[in-house]
Amino acid sequence: MAGVMADFGNFTHAVVRAIPSSLAKEALRMNVSDVDLEKAQREHEVYVGVLKQKLGLEVIELPADESLPDCVFVEDAAVVCGDTALITRPGAESRRKETAAIRQILKELGLNIVDMSDENATLDGGDVLFTGREFFVGLSKRTNQRGAEILADAFKDYAVSTVPVTDGLHLKSFCSMGGPGLIVIGSSEPAQKALKIMQQMSDHRYDKLTVPDDIAANTIYMNLPGKGHVLLHCTPEEFPESAKVFEKLKDHMLIPVSNMEKVKVDGALTCCSVLINMKAKV
Amino acid sequence: MTTEVGSETEVKKEPEKAEEQPAKPELPATNQTDEVKVVEAAEQSNESPALATDSAEAKENQEEAQPADNATGPEGEEPPASPPASEKKGISRFLPPWLKRQKSQSTVGPKESQVTPKEEGGVVLLKGEGEKAEQVEAEQTSSTTAAEPQVEEEQVNGEAEPEQKEEVNSEEQAENHSTGSAETQPAKEEKASEKSQEKSAAEEEKKETEEGGEEKKDQEESLKPEGGRYFIKSPLKLTKKVKMVMCHVIMLDGSQFPCEVEKRAKGQYLFFKVCETLNLLEKDYFGLSFKDNADQTCWLDPTKEIKRQICNTSWQLAFNVKFYPPDPSQLTEDITRYLLCLQLRQDIISGRLPCSFVTHSLLGSYSLQAELGDHDPDEQRLDYISDFQFAPSQTKEMEEKVVELHKTHRGMTPAQADTQFLENAKKLSMYGVDLHHAKDSEGVDIMLGVCANGLLIYKDRLRINRFAWPKILKISYKRSNFYIKIRPGETEQFESTVGFKLPNHRSAKRVWKVCVENHTFFRLMTPEAPTKAKFLTLGSKFRYSGRTQAQTRQASTLIDRPAPYFERTSSKRISRSLDGAPVINMIEAQDSAPTSVGNGREPGLELSSDSSKSGKLRVQGENIYVRHSNLMLEDLDKTQEDVLKHQASTSELKRSFMEATPETRPSQWEKRLTASPATSLRLQAQGRSPPPTTQEPLPDLTVDTVSKSSDDKQKSDETTLQAAEVEIEETVVVEEIRVAPKGSVTITTPEVVTPVAVETEVEKPEEEVVEEVIEEVKEEQKRPVSVSSDSHSESEEEAGEYHPQVTVNISVEQIKEEPEKEEEVDNHEEPEQVAEPEPLPEVEVETMPSPAVVEERPMAEPETALVVDAPVEEERTEDILVTPEEAPNGHAEDQPGLLAVEEEEEEEEEPRVNGDASHAETELIPQVICCSEPPVVKTEMVTISDTFAAQKTEIATKEVPIVHTETKTITYEAAHLDGSGDGEPGILMTAQTITSESLCTTTTTHITKTLKGGLSETRIEKRIVITGDSDIDHDQALAQAIKEAKEQHPDMSVTRVVVHKETELAEEGED
Repeated sequence: MAGVMADFGNFTHAVVRAIPSSLAKEALRMNVSDVDLEKAQREHEVYVGVLKQKLGLEVIELPADESLPDCVFVEDAAVVCGDTALITRPGAESRRKETAAIRQILKELGLNIVDMSDENATLDGGDVLFTGREFFVGLSKRTNQRGAEILADAFKDYAVSTVPVTDGLHLKSFCSMGGPGLIVIGSSEPAQKALKIMQQMSDHRYDKLTVPDDIAANTIYMNLPGKGHVLLHCTPEEFPESAKVFEKLKDHMLIPVSNMEKVKVDGALTCCSVLINMKAKV
Repeated sequence: MTTEVGSETEVKKEPEKAEEQPAKPELPATNQTDEVKVVEAAEQSNESPALATDSAEAKENQEEAQPADNATGPEGEEPPASPPASEKKGISRFLPPWLKRQKSQSTVGPKESQVTPKEEGGVVLLKGEGEKAEQVEAEQTSSTTAAEPQVEEEQVNGEAEPEQKEEVNSEEQAENHSTGSAETQPAKEEKASEKSQEKSAAEEEKKETEEGGEEKKDQEESLKPEGGRYFIKSPLKLTKKVKMVMCHVIMLDGSQFPCEVEKRAKGQYLFFKVCETLNLLEKDYFGLSFKDNADQTCWLDPTKEIKRQICNTSWQLAFNVKFYPPDPSQLTEDITRYLLCLQLRQDIISGRLPCSFVTHSLLGSYSLQAELGDHDPDEQRLDYISDFQFAPSQTKEMEEKVVELHKTHRGMTPAQADTQFLENAKKLSMYGVDLHHAKDSEGVDIMLGVCANGLLIYKDRLRINRFAWPKILKISYKRSNFYIKIRPGETEQFESTVGFKLPNHRSAKRVWKVCVENHTFFRLMTPEAPTKAKFLTLGSKFRYSGRTQAQTRQASTLIDRPAPYFERTSSKRISRSLDGAPVINMIEAQDSAPTSVGNGREPGLELSSDSSKSGKLRVQGENIYVRHSNLMLEDLDKTQEDVLKHQASTSELKRSFMEATPETRPSQWEKRLTASPATSLRLQAQGRSPPPTTQEPLPDLTVDTVSKSSDDKQKSDETTLQAAEVEIEETVVVEEIRVAPKGSVTITTPEVVTPVAVETEVEKPEEEVVEEVIEEVKEEQKRPVSVSSDSHSESEEEAGEYHPQVTVNISVEQIKEEPEKEEEVDNHEEPEQVAEPEPLPEVEVETMPSPAVVEERPMAEPETALVVDAPVEEERTEDILVTPEEAPNGHAEDQPGLLAVEEEEEEEEEPRVNGDASHAETELIPQVICCSEPPVVKTEMVTISDTFAAQKTEIATKEVPIVHTETKTITYEAAHLDGSGDGEPGILMTAQTITSESLCTTTTTHITKTLKGGLSETRIEKRIVITGDSDIDHDQALAQAIKEAKEQHPDMSVTRVVVHKETELAEEGED
């Protein structure tokens, strides 16, 4: 019997979405940069391949929508925990419609859908860090208090704490879970500050793994039957120093995944998928 | 019930007073109320005096009246017409059943015998005197006229004793009566009126309800001078014997537990009753709650009278989980987990504990499994489930889910299902979070959540901040504001204070109290000692007085009984309401309780407890006393007895369980009260069986903070006095000590805050006893600011402060470190070193198991502090001789277990042990502020023990190998020490050390004169090391030492008494 808060990192399904060609030009980005669309698409294929072949997840690939240049970053459109999916209201106006397709597929998967209908609420999934025991929601340019409240209502079992995000796009732009009770955190000052806040706000103790590069702190952790701890992280090519840090994780199956192009439009590893554990459905 | 107890205790304590009062004829009758009120804010002044008289009368009556009583009370169920029986009756009436039982059991001791007679006497009087026909209804007493007997009181007392012993046996019988006492006896009296007891009870209730305040009653009573009661006014509060109130406690399964209690019963009495009924041993997680006028849920303070807390509303209470164990799997008994489950179900249904759909379903399915067992596909259809409630609003879908999940639990026992339920529920973010509405500094609505880990701040459902207990330096409230002072972070230099606005003063105080309680329970090893300044009375003296989680866990390890059978009630009931819920009567509970109890006890434990009891009640009484006693002085005695009763009634197992940790309280109590070191020593001496293992919790050691009601100095003073009196026989010292400080305060040195520390170290390893008495005399012009402020805030309206400290320690009101103390420390060290060498010579090789080091600190009287004006310098050198030989034999052996807060084996510290306050301070909390003993002290102690050990080894080589050394330390500290809180180190003017030696005593006197900010302070520390071959009467030795010190320095006060006792543990263990 799956109990409350069990099976952290255990996923069976992943929802991804293809990269529209509009991404290169129109996708939102914090810093001006040129994106090599083809390279980005190749990257994404590898990413999906890892999920599908290497990890054996059931991957649901949504087609790209050219009118939604950022649609590849499905994470922002929905927060799934257990059998509940909160369909977000992205902070960026241009991205609001991304949720429709996600909602559709999640509903088809049988998840309990919770909509964020409040006009005043905004929430990007990238601002939501789920640690297995609680949520941290970054209050950022994309996410506001009201959005966090709705998330808290959607996931009543868990504590939901807010963390101000002063730098970077999302909370998870500089952190992520690297394992149960392990937070991977960037070494920048804002990142460290955010970590402190999280630690203070939490009743639980978290270990931290500090990596030199903030964006490298965005990893995907899974705990898969037969595979144990799995960590998708940056490649040595991108962040050699940070990559070394991950090598310390002896118990993890480390899978470097290149993300050089998507990162130019502020896309991190976690942004490109919504992970679901259908077994968690009680 | 409590009332009764109280009366009894009072009688015991103050036989003299009673006599005096009677001597004063009826004059006071009218005035009584006023005077009494004045004396004690307490209610029912009239009654109390009456009781006093009664008691006195009773004594008389016993001899004379008893025969008469028999005649009067033929109706009674009492089997034998013999005088004792009649007395029993009388007693039984007034005494709660458990009390009676205890007496019967414990009567052996001389004290008891005395006590009992008095009580009985009191009872008798009531019976005999038909005076209060009117009151009878309410009070159920039917006595004709009590006027005469008063005069004779004294005689009665003396005479009564012999009888009592005999009666003891009979008392047991009385127990039954006691429950029904009101019923049966009144019947006799009431013949005329022929009111049934029940009626009377009902009437009483009515009356009570009608009576908004006690004052009303008093007035009424005063108007009716008829009763003998009114004749005498006594400053003492006497409780109404007969006034009973019907309480209704809603149990966790939704059933109603009607319980008749004395109107003046304290919360704990009712609470214990409930726990007894539930057969619950791990009761520290629970509490009784009630709704105040504002419909806010409040916790019933076990240490205070129920009626004072409940206001005028009906006595409707609820039994609830007060402290949610973060890890329920660590609970020892299934029944405890079951009750926790019931609470959580309530929390879930009420929405206090929010859950997701899945969680609702999952938890619901475990509930079903626990109650119904395996899913039965045939019988169980969906309908059956809709009778259960799993969520605030539950859907068909959820019910289906529950059933679906229920099927998967096949084979799971109810206990397992409960465990699973809890394992999931405990992870919920709002598990055990007590929410309070508030506003932040900007007026934004927030919620304050108090829980095991600290204080959580919520805005809507979001956690916007969290203050873990370690981060919080101080918790306080003022008016409707609630403040927490935050420890500065790594990068911050200054501590910050965060304020919250609560709806009103009451709510602010409520939050504050909950914080204090939760912090203490979850964060401390032992409850914090009451505020040092208790005498001065700060805003709220409230402290959590129960056991901490650590203590209760430890105590739980002693539970050794077969899992009690209990019936799981259907959750249907909860949802449906209380209909059909079983009604449990107190009588049943009582009857059942003893049996269950009796079975479970541990032989070893029993013995110890028994011996202590039989030998001397007081010891236990003290312990118990301390433990339960709160702020009410008058009630102290009662408390004691209550406890005793309770214990008696419960099985040994229970007793041992209870005592295991909580017993520490006595020490605290003493601290609070300025208890005399002697007392503590005595405790040791009487020795409960010391636990062979160091690890075992020493009953005495556990320090519970007695919460001080905001009530008043007067009370406290009285309490102290009473306490002193009570114990007089044993400890003369106590009185002296108290007196002395007062004298000094009033007359000689008004300004002086003179702490005199007496350190007594007793080592008994091989019959060596070393006692060190250090007296410190301080004189300071300045009073500690904190103190003064405190005095103001007596009224409940005022603010309360609480400094949470992680480590176990004595009450810390102020966190500032005091330079003075450091000085003290230094002083201590020196003398000790000197002293150490001597003890060796006399060592005999006998195996005395546990060495206990007891530090006692007498509390300086508050008044002293207040008076302070001009700086006075005083230097005095005192030599205190303690003669070991005087000590009574019996005590020594028992000593090991009792007082020691911490035990050190071979100098190894076990922080984990229910810690000594002193030790804890030293070890755990370097920053401990007001704590009496600086870390150094500890070191010293250790050193000493080593030395001894070493020496012993040498000596012992011949005969005895030295096995273990146990060190126990108990420290009593005067309240004033706060004054030192100035933080300014004084300038050391002079220091001298004088050492004198005699046969088996070494006295080291260290005099320090310090100039501090214009104030000169003279501190005299005396260290007396007593080495004894045989048993040393510590009490006597200490008493004498203190006495001498007093005589020598009348204007100085004893600030601190530290008794170190070192004993070598025999390998065998004591027993």
